[in-house]
Amino acid sequence: MRENKHHVPETVERSLDSTLESVDSAEELALGLAERAGFDDDDLMKIGMAVRESMVNAVVHGNRYNANKKVHFSVTHAAETLTIRVADEGEGFDVESLPDPLAPENLMRTSGRGIFLIRSFMDEFDIRRRERGGMEMTLVKNKGSR
Amino acid sequence: MSVKLNTRQVGDVSVVDVAGRITLGEGSSALRDALRDLINKNQKKILLNLGEVNYIDSSGIGELVSGFTTVTNSGGNLKLLNLNKRVKDLLQITKLYTVFDVHEDEAGAIRSF
Repeated sequence: MRENKHHVPETVERSLDSTLESVDSAEELALGLAERAGFDDDDLMKIGMAVRESMVNAVVHGNRYNANKKVHFSVTHAAETLTIRVADEGEGFDVESLPDPLAPENLMRTSGRGIFLIRSFMDEFDIRRRERGGMEMTLVKNKGSR
Repeated sequence: MSVKLNTRQVGDVSVVDVAGRITLGEGSSALRDALRDLINKNQKKILLNLGEVNYIDSSGIGELVSGFTTVTNSGGNLKLLNLNKRVKDLLQITKLYTVFDVHEDEAGAIRSF
């Protein structure tokens, strides 16, 4: 079902446990809203993958599966844009220190492609340290962008 | 839905039919176990049929790379068969498509070993 152009922005927000089940939950929430917003199958696939990668990053590398730490997840649909935020409570890391997964010396590494894939699938991507510790990622997908 | 693996022997080539999702957790570890099992049985020619794989994440890609390296280092060959568009696109944007020997036809893939 298509939304009309003057719809009210819709936001779904959750505080999720640091488990792989939360990765599935976040993907379902994001895809549910994206589908209602009228994103096509190709976009849904890209959004789903980007959400999974960002959640895996938060659960595994950020919170390190710590049961006392949460992943703060939100997805908002406004106008023609879907905005997803994923924040962890981990130690945080220096984004500049991430190795380029396309560099010849890194091609055969078995990890380190998650953030590269998020950037590839979304129209806008931002990652920054949170004031309270941990990292926050913002992912934006515009309808019919590519 | 997770991953399902079935290994069959065609001549001296071990064909691993993979179906479902190769993602962090069960999907990746099942593939890792299957490849390790074949290496332990001294199988040198391994063809991964990904025709029924509908989803793969960065962890799954890492597992394919790991499998390729492990098989190669043990003196064997690991090749890929029947990539769907999504998996092919993923390997292309990660520049891994040319690293793997990718085939679209099983008989041809088996002859290529």
